[in-house]
Formats: sequence, structure tokens, C-alpha cells
Amino acid sequence: MPDGGPSILDVRDLKTVFRIRSGEVHAVNDVSFELAPGELLGVVGESGSGKSVTMMSLLGLLPSPPADVCGGSVTFDGQDLLKLAPEGLRKVRGAKIGFVFQDPMTSLNPVFNVGMQIAEPLRKHMGMNKREAAVRAKELLELVGIPDAARRLEDYPHQFSGGMRQRVMIAIALACDPQVLIADEPTTALDVTIQAQILELMKDLRDKLGMAVIWITHDLGVIAGIADRVMVMYGGQVVEHAPVAELFGNPKHPYTRALLTTIPKISGEREKRLTIIEGQPPIMTAAPSACPFRDRCDVAIDRCAVENPRRYDVGDGHDAACFHVEGAHA
Amino acid sequence: MLTYTIRRLLLSIPTLLFIAFVIFMLLELAPGDPMANMPLSIPPEIKQKMREALGLGEPWYVRFPLWLNQFFVVEPQYWIDNTFGTNFADGAQRIISFNSRSPVFDTISERLPQTVWVVAMSYVVGVLIALPIGIISAYRQYSVFDQAGTFVSMIGFSVPPFFSGVLLIVIFSVQLKWLPSIYDTTHVVNSWDSFVFQLRQMVMPVMVLALQTTAQVSRYMRASMLDNLGQDYVRTARAKGMSESVVVMKHVLRNSMIPVITVIALGIPSIFGGAIITEQIFKVNGLGQLLIISLQASDIPMVMTITFLLAVLIVLMNLIADILYGILDPRIRYD
Repeated sequence: MPDGGPSILDVRDLKTVFRIRSGEVHAVNDVSFELAPGELLGVVGESGSGKSVTMMSLLGLLPSPPADVCGGSVTFDGQDLLKLAPEGLRKVRGAKIGFVFQDPMTSLNPVFNVGMQIAEPLRKHMGMNKREAAVRAKELLELVGIPDAARRLEDYPHQFSGGMRQRVMIAIALACDPQVLIADEPTTALDVTIQAQILELMKDLRDKLGMAVIWITHDLGVIAGIADRVMVMYGGQVVEHAPVAELFGNPKHPYTRALLTTIPKISGEREKRLTIIEGQPPIMTAAPSACPFRDRCDVAIDRCAVENPRRYDVGDGHDAACFHVEGAHA
Repeated sequence: MLTYTIRRLLLSIPTLLFIAFVIFMLLELAPGDPMANMPLSIPPEIKQKMREALGLGEPWYVRFPLWLNQFFVVEPQYWIDNTFGTNFADGAQRIISFNSRSPVFDTISERLPQTVWVVAMSYVVGVLIALPIGIISAYRQYSVFDQAGTFVSMIGFSVPPFFSGVLLIVIFSVQLKWLPSIYDTTHVVNSWDSFVFQLRQMVMPVMVLALQTTAQVSRYMRASMLDNLGQDYVRTARAKGMSESVVVMKHVLRNSMIPVITVIALGIPSIFGGAIITEQIFKVNGLGQLLIISLQASDIPMVMTITFLLAVLIVLMNLIADILYGILDPRIRYD
């Protein structure tokens, strides 16, 4: 859904640096993206590419110190989230932007029953009393497909399976009808059948509730199935960004191309070995002054080592940060 | 939970009987003679008669059941008689101290108030100080407050009460003359002034003991809080928009209290036996001091009874700790 009217979330030049004893780690470097209402934006990248840190920076969820969100702007609902006081930010978290985390086994508090954990944001943000919150919590559990919802409100997280816990997490994130849902690898810790169920559920919920979703994953297969637009991250930067069909059909950045070749094919002859991208992703100890992918890139040129490519627009909402893109030499 | 509690209570009966047997046999095998403090002018054969009069002529398999009978049947009967004016005991033989020739439970009940006032109070004070210190130290890890807390804990762990107690006496009693150095156990609280005096004489022993409790419990609390502050559910609570006070004092604290409760509950028995040195320094004649005197005098019934009461307390506190564990942590269900 590119060019779908005014964006609901507009991130510009976001920078996050971890200041640790042994130096600095530049985890997010000038990341910009926007999100239209009702859109599902997929964010892919290897571990350590800055996907999660970017999203947590938006809402101030990183522990500070060591994390320091030191630049950029995050416009949501007419205000810059980075400039909001902690109390203002808390009014956004959970109420207007919901968060689903990776590991459902540890993301719920083990000593409180799920009814209480779902009711908590309802009572805080919507001003509901205990009874109203319990009614709404039951509706939410039904919405995310947990059978016998009324009885299960009394249950504790350890009495739920992993998939069911992730449903509870989604119910918590959806509790206050958020405009944006950020899902940080919500299916990574689940087995594939449960993963498929959660994906179906999310597609279904998005159609029902009309919220925008940011879906972080390292699984391109998942992205192909649900995303409208995809953002590929590497070394804390956005290296390519395109509508989903365009990205899979016409990848411009060598990293994206490499990622796509690593997906094993289920048709044709079986490969002897899985395809890999040689080398390790970089640890950014300083702000990038060169292309972070150059050491692993098969088309790197001299210019890659002296200049960090900006994101060159190739049309149709597609851009890539590579000097080989048409128009980059202009 | 109820069936679990009942099962545990029933199981504790054989445990306690075994403990009683072990204590009895240890005292039986230990050297020592209750007549050792008698004047040397008493002829040996008279001393032997006196020993037999104390019941020491009988073998252990006679005396041990007798003690059990006295402890579990006769003494409760006397207690009921005293409370309700009945006459179940019917003049049966109570457990008599070799030393004072008075019933041991009379002596224990004389000593108990001092111990409760000073030692139990110090434990409560120590825990109440330790919990906030532990919480703040963890939440502001490596801050000045945390460093100070670590330093105080180190002192609490490493400075023994016979040093810190004497130091306090030198400073506050000898130099500043603010507080009395001796705990007056005959003091009766019946007015505001006497209450203030009671507080003043309690301050130093309570603080000496509380320092040790604080040192220990605050460390446990800090470690437990740190463990939990890094957990994913804390991030979830923040992502829900909960305020920091809710995140820390509700989500994190509830989880952190689980191991700390055990430490606190299991420490309770030690406050009755473990304050011996402090009681000596401040002349508080509590249970700890009574135990020491009785040991020195080979007052076997007294030692046996006090030690066994401590064992009962330990078994009971273990049970309470387990039950609290089950209440605080829904993952633990005993039924």
C-alpha cells in the first residue's frame, strides 16, 4: 500500500548508539521509513542488523544507559516521540502502539494471571474498572482464538503453551486498539505449524481492526506471505526498501539478492549444501563511512570503501543503498 | 495447599522425634557432670545419690521416653491447667532444671520476652531496612547508593557483634552517655517515660543484630531484583505503558520476593539461638544466654528443651517458607 495517503508513523534519520565501557556500538544509523495506516511493513535482516533496536528506540524501550537514541525524529500522531517526556511516552506505549516480543515463554510475568496482565493496560489507558477490564480481556482472548476464554483469564502463563502465550501477548498488544502494532519476531520461537496459525491470526486481525503493523523477522518466507512493503536492514541501516512483489521479483541490493539465494528451494534438484553469505555482519564501532556490506559483497568497487551509499530511488517506491543501482552515478 | 500443609505437618512429627533423639543422645554422650559445680567438700557417694535423685541413674532408653512424655504430654497439660483453671496434669512431674530446680518452661517463659523484644525486633528492623536497600541498590546499580549499600553489607558481614557491640557501647554509653550500656530486664513499661527508656535501652542491641540481618537480606534482595530486572516480562510491562513504580514495585518485586522470603523465613530460628554473643555484651538475659549458662552447668533438661524448641521452630519455618513460596509463585503447586 505505497502512497496510501498520510503516514501514521514517520521515522527520519533515527540514530541509536550503545555507549559501553569498551567503546561505542552504532546499532541504528540514519534509519528512515514511514508507515501508512493499515499497512503491513516487513523488516528483515540478519541477527544484529538493528531491526529490533530500531523499533525499541521508537518507544524508548531500550535501557539507557547504555543505549542512547541520539538523533532523528519519530513523528506519530503529530508529536515527536523522541522528544516526549517519559510520562507522555507511557501514554503512547500500549495504548496507541502495541508491542509483541519474540519469546512468549519469558515475555509474560510468571506470577500474575493472564487476565490481570491483559487488564493492566486497559485500566491504565482506557480508565476501565476491574469488571469492564475483565469483560474486555475475555473478548480479546476470544479475538486471538483462545478457547474457553472466560475460564482461562484466571490461568497463569505457565499453564499456556508457547503458541497460546504468543496469542496472549498479541491480545495484550491489541488491548487498547492501537494504531500501530510492532511485532518483533513474534513467530521465531514457535514451531512452524504454530507459526502458520499466528500468521493467519495476524492477517485476520489486521483486516478486522485496520491497524498498521511492523513485522520484524529474519524469515523471508514469512515476509512474502504477509507484508505489503519490505525494508531490508544491514549494519543498522536500511539497504533496500520496496513493495513486496518488487523486492522479491527485482532485488537491487546485492545483500537482498544474497539473502534470496539462501532460501532453499523445494522444487528442482536438491542442493548439496545450503547457500550461505560468506563472512560475518559487521559490528559498527563507529558511524558508517563506507558501505557496511562491502566485505561480503560480490560486486564491491573502490568507491564502496570510501563512501557510504545513500538510498537511491529506483521508482515505484523502491530504493536501495548501492552504487550499482541505476541513477547512482549521476 | 491445605492437604499439602497437613501432610507436611504429619511428616514433621517423625522428623522432630528423630531430632529429639539425636539431641538427647548427643547430650548423653557428651562429657560433663551436673554435679561438677557442687562444692568439693561433698563426699562422692553423696554426689552419686544426688545424681540418682536427678534421674541420672536410669539408662537412656528409660529417660528419653520420660522426657518425651514430659515434653509432649505433661507440659501442655500444665499449660492448659494454667490457662483454663483445669487439673489435667494432676501434679505430674514437669521437666525440672538441674541447675535452678525449677520447671524449665517457667525459666524459658521468663526469658522469652527479652528475646522477643530485642532479638525479634532486631530481625524485623533488619528486614525492613534491608528490603528497600536491596530494591534501590538493584534499580540504581553501581550508583553511589548501591556502592554505599555494598559497603555497609560488607561491614555487616565482616564485623562480628562482639566488636560492633562494644564499639557502640564505647561511643554512645561511655563517650556520649546517651544510651545505657546494660539492658535492664526488670524494667516495666507502664508509662510514656518508661516506654522511652525501654526504647533507649533497646536501640544498641537491636542495631547490632539488625546490621547483620540487613547485610544478609539486602544482598539477597539486590541479587534477586537484578535477576528479574533483566527479564523479558519487564520489557513487556514497560511496553504496556506501565509506570516505573508499577514495573518495579509490582512486576519485579513480586518475582524477586520469592527467593528472599525463603531466606527471611529460614533466618527466624537463628535469631533465637544466634544472638548469644550480643545478649552477653548488653546483658540481655534472653534465651541465648540461658542456653549458654545451661550448657556450662551441664543442665541437660534445659539444654535439651531449648534445643528441641529451636528444632521445632526450624521445621515450622521451613514449612512456612514452602507455603509462602507456593502462594507467591503460581508455578509451584503442591496438590
